[in-house]
Amino acid sequence: MTYPIELTINGEFIKLDIPANWRLIDVLRRDLSMTGTHEGCGEGDCGACTVLVNGQAVSSCLMLAVEANGCEIQTIEGLADGDILHPIQEAFIEVGAIQCGFCTPGMIMTSKALLDKHADPSEEVIRRTLAGNLCRCTGYEKIVSAVKAVSSKLLNQTDSIAE
Amino acid sequence: MSTETEFSTIGKRVTKPDARDKATGRALYATDLVVPRMLYGKILRSKQIHAKIKNIDTSRAQRLPGVICVITAEDTPKIAYGFGKDNLPLKFGKVRSLMDEVAAVAARTPEIAAEALELIEVEYEPLREVTDPFEALKEDAPLIHEQRADNLSMVFDYVHGNIDQGLDESDHLVEGRFDVQFIAHSCLGPCASIAEWQTDGTLLMKTPTQVPFLYQRDMADVLGIAGSQVCVEQPYIGGGFGSKLDLYPYEVIAALLAKKAARPVKIEYDRQEEFLYSPVRSPMVMDVKTGCTKDGQLTVRVADIWSDNGAYNSWGAVTPLVSMQTASALYRVPHVHFYCRIIYTNNPYGGAMRGFGNPELTFAIEQQIEELAEICGMDPLEFRLLNANQPGETNLAGMKITTCGLSDCLNKSAEEVDYKKRMTEVGSDRGVGIASAIHVGGGARIYPSDGCGVIVRINDFGKVSIISGSTEIGQGSDTILTQIVAEELGVPVDWINVVNTDTDVRPWDVGVHASRTTFIAGNAALKAAREVKEKILETAAEILKEKPGKLTIKNGEIISIENPEKKLPLGKAIRSKHFRQGGSVISGEYYYDPPTVHQDKEWRGNISATYGFGAHAVDVEVDRETGKIKVHKVAAAHDVGRVINPVGAEGQVHGGVAMGLGYALTEQIQLDSGRMLNPNFTDYKIPTTMDIPEVVPIFVETNDPEGPFGAKGMGEITMVPTAAAIANAVYNATGVRIKSLPITPEKVLNALKAKEQK
Repeated sequence: MTYPIELTINGEFIKLDIPANWRLIDVLRRDLSMTGTHEGCGEGDCGACTVLVNGQAVSSCLMLAVEANGCEIQTIEGLADGDILHPIQEAFIEVGAIQCGFCTPGMIMTSKALLDKHADPSEEVIRRTLAGNLCRCTGYEKIVSAVKAVSSKLLNQTDSIAE
Repeated sequence: MSTETEFSTIGKRVTKPDARDKATGRALYATDLVVPRMLYGKILRSKQIHAKIKNIDTSRAQRLPGVICVITAEDTPKIAYGFGKDNLPLKFGKVRSLMDEVAAVAARTPEIAAEALELIEVEYEPLREVTDPFEALKEDAPLIHEQRADNLSMVFDYVHGNIDQGLDESDHLVEGRFDVQFIAHSCLGPCASIAEWQTDGTLLMKTPTQVPFLYQRDMADVLGIAGSQVCVEQPYIGGGFGSKLDLYPYEVIAALLAKKAARPVKIEYDRQEEFLYSPVRSPMVMDVKTGCTKDGQLTVRVADIWSDNGAYNSWGAVTPLVSMQTASALYRVPHVHFYCRIIYTNNPYGGAMRGFGNPELTFAIEQQIEELAEICGMDPLEFRLLNANQPGETNLAGMKITTCGLSDCLNKSAEEVDYKKRMTEVGSDRGVGIASAIHVGGGARIYPSDGCGVIVRINDFGKVSIISGSTEIGQGSDTILTQIVAEELGVPVDWINVVNTDTDVRPWDVGVHASRTTFIAGNAALKAAREVKEKILETAAEILKEKPGKLTIKNGEIISIENPEKKLPLGKAIRSKHFRQGGSVISGEYYYDPPTVHQDKEWRGNISATYGFGAHAVDVEVDRETGKIKVHKVAAAHDVGRVINPVGAEGQVHGGVAMGLGYALTEQIQLDSGRMLNPNFTDYKIPTTMDIPEVVPIFVETNDPEGPFGAKGMGEITMVPTAAAIANAVYNATGVRIKSLPITPEKVLNALKAKEQK
């Protein structure tokens, strides 16, 4: 049994017929070959599959694709503007927040959802927000530092515009 | 004059060349790969922990539409493989654990493959099981492998020095039993492999192995084909930590299915399979005895160990190879007896994991150091400094300590938590603790060669390719090689590309393990780059009419050392060498095999060209109501020879400490009759952002003469002393000594209660 759904993924309008039991991550990875969204556990524990659904960070392994019908989806593939990386991506690279990189797309998407709403989150808030994204390589320190670095950079930009 | 200021990239915060792919979602892991005509393979595992296989009926599965083939051991060459040649890719005749592979299916979709597994009927005749290593050694224990006389897979046994003399010379002796638990590597990227047979009969494996060249041989042997018929290609690897150090049955099964189906086959684990069917860190029970004189000089150490190997020998079976170095060389001890039994049981089998036997024994030894210091009435830090390894010493195990920054590591980490002052404060629930570590830092000669080959070539635009046998698993080795070659060749790092293709292109390497890549591959890259540089300068000398020795390369330009006005763009020299009759490719190659030896029959020999040292000092708080431990700070000091890249070095420390924290406090595979009860991240607790304290990396640079630019390996040692330091801090805070990992609130509460009742 398939269902027709319509999604906007990274700004692109897409119509699909998908099996009823497919999750959002299946649509991304299997149907659209968007393999930047990783499946680390399939149970909502690890956060590697985090995407933004209408601006909210969501574990795409826990959302049925039919539930995403009509939604606006942002994935890691849509973050950069051509060759120009998003400041969060830049910060992860610069600070050294990436080792094996498997958790990275989920970490970046969760961070984006946070920074879109709070330009200047405290370290406590950053840590709480990222608590659902597991990483086995980095010990998190540089991931948290990267998010802090972006937030201060964004703040400086806002300040200079205000001036 | 210090050379440090002259470096252009060594010691600089160079970003990882793979980071851009990883930050944009472009990096392809094995789980992401799909190839044309590919089928999905799935494996039926044993439902019995220990049983004879009476019959396997695959007929219903074969008939399911979409199923291309089903295989059992009958369809395979039945060649035992693995380190102990005790494992078959598909089990024949009997099963020995719940990890055991019984049958496998290749189908058009993963869903069909899963459905087909349900249709396979296996008839078992249950056998008596044994999951306790002590029970497994009893005479009437059921045999895991019938062809053997007992369940003792191996014994590692040595005496260095004279134990009786050591005991006689001891004024104080402490003894105790320590135990450490089963843990899981918990790589975020689940295992996946694609097997594809080429028309020329070559098997191409796209797989996340840490040892592509050993894998090539092991795979060939188990399939009964030639090593030249196996080509290994590594996609991006979603975490290793030792878990991918062996060839595993799932990979062989993918190859067997692909052969039968004559199509590529992918086998991919979900998280539950990753937990249930990956090798584990084996638990150990350790009876340890340490003695010292009344003024605190160590006299003797005896370690008597039982290791639960599980049902088959993978690399977990040889973890004592490293534990024995901990016994011999963590501080100066004149008389050492090491005895370790590797015991077959029906439990999950052990693999290699970061630290490889070292965090285990360090947990015991470092607690006894504190017990002895207390008996002697000495400050535990002073006690350690008195016994600390020193440069220039060779111990009884034949380990040559060349450079050694242990004392500096101890002092600097202690200072960071105000150890000396806070150690003596009693009555509070806050406490400080410290523990040291030694680990191989200059390779580890386990195989006939401990080498790595590197080819460096430069094209006529000046782009440099490093073709290395080494493997990047996220730890940053490609960045290190890039920096080393950039420094030696005098070119910017962004001119350099590390080529990570397959085993047909890359030169041989033992693999990424034993913290060896910076040291071994780094030395090979350095020397290969040196050859390239010499060739370039030779040609440039002709053009500039200068002696090659008077020229150097800086920032991609050849310049005369004495007359810097005299210069030549790099590309021009290269093209001049290329574009002429009798010209040549500008490349250099080097196979670096360190100046080390195998251990002899008495387990003596300098197996590493240098050793890394470290000390972790921690500040913890214990809640006496709940038994919960909060770690406030970890100061982690490491002698890394030289920091090639601070970002990478700090990353190893942060990651290692986090893994050490999980080992110390929260991680444990819970087994009930060989069945894992917590195969998910909800119940198997690796640290999250909320669990990580302030971690302060401190680097001690001893500039090792054999290391590339003075560097030593450092990946593993970063997790070695953490658990021991925490246990010592818990004692400092509460007066109770927890000798069992993980240090759960329950164990703390029970110990506090027992102490009160005394």
